[in-house]
Order: sequence, then structure tokens, then C-alpha cells
Amino acid sequence: MAKRIDVSGLSAFYGSHKAIEDISMTVEPRSVTAFIGPSGCGKSTFLRTLNRMHEVTPGGRVEGKVLLDDENLYGSAVDPVAVRRTVGMVFQRPNPFPTMSIFDNVAAGLRLNGSYKKNRLAEVVEKSLKGSNLWNEVKDRLNKPGSSLSGGQQQRLCIARAIAVEPDVLLMDEPCSALDPISTLAIEDLIGELKERFTIVIVTHNMQQAARVSDRTAFFNLSAVGQPGKLIEIDETERIFANPSVQATEDYISGRFG
Amino acid sequence: MSHTAIQDRPAPVPPSRKGGLSSRSLPRWAPIGFAIVSIALGVGIGIGAGWESRIQWGLISGLIFVTISYVATSIVENKRQAKDRLATSVVWVCFILAIVPLFSLIWVTVSRGIKVLDTYFLTHSMAGVPGIEPGGGVYHAIIGTLEQVGIATVISVPIGLLTAIYLVEYGKGALAKAVTFFVDVMTGIPSIVAGLFILSIMLIADIQPSGLMGSLALAILMTPVVVRSTEEMLKLVPNELREASLALGVPKYRTITKVVIPTALGGITTGVMLAIARIAGETAPIILLVFGSQLINSNPFEGAQSSLPFYIWDQYKIGSEASYDRAWAAALVLIAFVMILNLVARGIARWKAPKTGR
Repeated sequence: MAKRIDVSGLSAFYGSHKAIEDISMTVEPRSVTAFIGPSGCGKSTFLRTLNRMHEVTPGGRVEGKVLLDDENLYGSAVDPVAVRRTVGMVFQRPNPFPTMSIFDNVAAGLRLNGSYKKNRLAEVVEKSLKGSNLWNEVKDRLNKPGSSLSGGQQQRLCIARAIAVEPDVLLMDEPCSALDPISTLAIEDLIGELKERFTIVIVTHNMQQAARVSDRTAFFNLSAVGQPGKLIEIDETERIFANPSVQATEDYISGRFG
Repeated sequence: MSHTAIQDRPAPVPPSRKGGLSSRSLPRWAPIGFAIVSIALGVGIGIGAGWESRIQWGLISGLIFVTISYVATSIVENKRQAKDRLATSVVWVCFILAIVPLFSLIWVTVSRGIKVLDTYFLTHSMAGVPGIEPGGGVYHAIIGTLEQVGIATVISVPIGLLTAIYLVEYGKGALAKAVTFFVDVMTGIPSIVAGLFILSIMLIADIQPSGLMGSLALAILMTPVVVRSTEEMLKLVPNELREASLALGVPKYRTITKVVIPTALGGITTGVMLAIARIAGETAPIILLVFGSQLINSNPFEGAQSSLPFYIWDQYKIGSEASYDRAWAAALVLIAFVMILNLVARGIARWKAPKTGR
């Protein structure tokens, strides 16, 4: 189940451009870790290195180590497909598969991996939809297309799809930025429930959201445009928001940035 | 230079009613009125001058229509509106100029082809029918077209589809660029060249003409069209869907077969159908490689066959009244075949398109 992530000396590149430089941190299991920082500072890039999605981008390249309970994700024998089954991801914009029904969307991960028992599928779909607090809204129309849902429902559908494959870690890349406050609240509540079972990492631009949902917060920054982003500090969320040890963090959080 | 140009520009003319947002405008029926007037004038001038050609009448009417629209609008409204009207009128005139030949083509084909088109025509071949006399039918040509186009499709769709998948999902670097370049070049190959290419192979290997040889030439023509259209459709699939699938731990090949292709299937089908429609009308490779026949030969792998375009050419060449009728009827059958394919493609595209709505 939930696993610890240990990152050491990680840099990521797009072609020859260095996007993030020398990041080391530990993400605790069964907790929520929030990444905050200005746009372009490499939060999302760093998040994508944690399940080897960074290398999907043309020219994407990574140096350094990411240990998932002592196993290096970037070891030479590691299969990126297996990594992504262990470390799930939810994207900024809801992206249900347009050709599939609600049921098929949730079942997609299992079906497309080919590793499932047919009679258990309905059970897993129901469990996942309940896990993402969507079951009551969609249980009567599971065969309708996934794109027929509202934006907030679609995002919870994507979360259900991600947790259906039973990952150990769940990465969320600004999961609420396209949603209204009510849907955002629903997802934040959901994050609070999911952290009992998963290690959660969430990127957010919303400081209050980071303060509300996370146990630990990491602040990223870049010295100038074109320069690689760096981890400034990571600490207990309360400490980061009340009494950060670096001046830049305080400036950013209190809005005095730049 | 630019300084003087700016200084020389005349000061903008102040609008007639300063500050007012509303101004005089032509009634909504004005364009239709202009059209009626200009057509009447065009016909009048045509009859008055004793011109025979209806095309001249039409062109004169079009010219008068554009002029009247511009002048009337610039008098009643203003210069800007007049320019707008001028552009709109030109677009309409061009649209009608483009549509007239199309409709007249369909009209002539239907009116002349319907004469001999009946079930007898569709179910009989030309066996034992002297070309200059009425009778006979197009059955052998329909069989030939269906088989040759069918085989060409079976050959070129998998090749085209897989090439497009390679180009969009995997290809990078020199090889992908080279493939793209040669696909573009192949799109422009004239059908007779494709035919000659296969013919040269036939001569070297001493192969007799058959439906299959024609299919091979048609496949050469069809493959690049399939590659191009499929490539464009695959590029339209949002990257987010690929990432969503990969992030679930789905291997790349399954992401492509289960997510990317289903999402693009409607467009791919349309592209394939259009490619089929393009090769269904090819005559040159059939003349060279299938040789043509008056008899029913349902075996595409041995012996000469006919096909609809070949049949049309052949009947036209005979040059009797009855053979002209048969040529037109066959043309109608060919147009109907292509049209049905298009309708089927649209149906599939609508049926398979990503679903929206609640």
C-alpha cells in the first residue's frame, strides 16, 4: 500500500533546457504533500518525474534518483509501465476517454492492462466510484458517456479511474484549477479520505488549498526566467505558513513576491 | 518614405451624422432584389444582342449583380458597408459559378444514364452483345470494380494505417521525415505511372493481366491518401488522452489501439472511404493491367476483367447510340457507388464519433 518516496539529486531536462535542478526531498506515506510555487518553477515537471511521465514528453530526460520504498524508479531494469501502475496520476484538466462510458472509463486501467477478473470488474468500479464520492451521482447512468458529466464530476471520475488500479501513490497536478468552489470542496474532502490509503502529492496554485489539505508543503522557486526551478524548502504545512525558515517562502505566501 | 506616405494620406472623411450609432441601411431583401434585377438585365442584354451562349448571359448577370450591389450600397449606406457587400457578392457569385458545373454534370449523367439503367442492365454482362446494338449490361464491370477496389483497400489500409501510426506516435528524426516526404511525393503520382510501374514488373516476371495487377496499381495510389488522412486524424487526438492512459500504467501499444485509434476512428473511416472513392474512378491502370473484358470474370487473380471506368471508356469508344447510352448509365452507376460509399462513411463517422451530450 502507501509507500514512501525518497528523491535525491534529481534534475529534469527538456532537450538541453534544464527545468529543475538538484531536488532532494522525502514524501511521507499516508500523508498529503503539497507543492507550491510560481508558474514555470518546475512543480509539475517534478511531479511528472515521480511516475516517469516526464520522459513521455519529447526530449524529456531525468538525472538523479527517486526511491519508492528503497527501489529506484530510474534503475536500468525498471519498466516505466510498472512504475505508472504503482504511482497514479490525476491531471489538471479532466480528461475522461471520450469513446468510453462512465463504467468503461473507471474500468479502463484494469481492462487495458489486461490483468483483471471479469466478475470482479463491476465490484472494483463501484468501489472506486464510491472512493471518489461519485457513486451516488452516476450509479443509474453508468453506461452514459464520461463526457456527459460536469467538470467537477469528470475530475472525480478521473480520480476514480486512477484509484481503480490500486496505486500506492497518487499524484495530482492542480486537480481543482478548472473547477468551481463546490467541486473543489468535494475534491478536497476526497483527498482527506484518500490519504488514509494512499501517499498523495498535490501541485496547487491555491495557497489556502495547500494549507487546508496538506500535511507537508514544499516551496519551489526559480531565480529568473529560463533558469532551472529549485526546491527552496519543505516542512510541516503549519510551519511553512506560520514561520517559514526561508525569507523567499514568506514573501511568496504573504503575496510580497517579486 | 514611410513618413511622407503617412503625411500624404488624406484626412478621414467624417461620418455624415456625427455621434449617431444608427444610419440608413438597405432592406434585408436587397440582395435578392439585386439578383433578380441583374438576372433580368443579363437575360435582356443577351437576347437583345442575340447571343446564343447561356454562359455569357450568366457572366453578364453576375457582373451586373456585383456592380449594382456595390453602387447601391455605397449610395444608400457608406463606403465600408459597400466594400462588405462587394466581398459578399463576389463570394456568392463564385459559389454559384462553382456549383453550376457540378449540378449540370449530375443532371446530364442522371438524365442520360437513366434511359437504360434497369435491373437487366445491372445483372447482365456484354457477353454476345454487339457493341453497336442495344442490350447488354454492366454486371461484369461492377464485379470487376468491387473486386479490384476491394483488394486494393485490403492491401493499402493496413499499410497506410500502420505508417500513419508510426509517423504520429513513434516517428522522429530522419526516417520519419523521409517517410513523410515520400508519402507526399507518392500522393502526386499520376495513375498511369503507377500502372506502368506494375506493368514493367509484369513484363519482367512474365505475368498475365488480371484484376490483382490492377489492384496493386490502385493500392499504390491509395496508400499515400490513407496515410495522409489517418495522420491528420491521429494528430487531432488530444495528447491528454494519451497521457491519461499512460499514467494508468497502460503500455504504449495498448494506449494506441484502445484509446487513440477508437477516438480517431470516425475520421479515419471517412479518410479511407474518400481514398476508395478516388481510386474507384481510375481508368488508366485498368486499361494497362486488367486489359478489360466483355465477359463475367469473378476471379480477380486470373484472366482479364472489366471495371466501371473501363466500361465507360470502352462503350464511348464504340460510338453508337446504344453504346453512348450504356456509357452514361455506367457513369451513373459509378457516381452512385461513390456516393453510397460517402454516405456510409458519414454514417460510420457519426456513429463512432466521441459521444457528447447528457
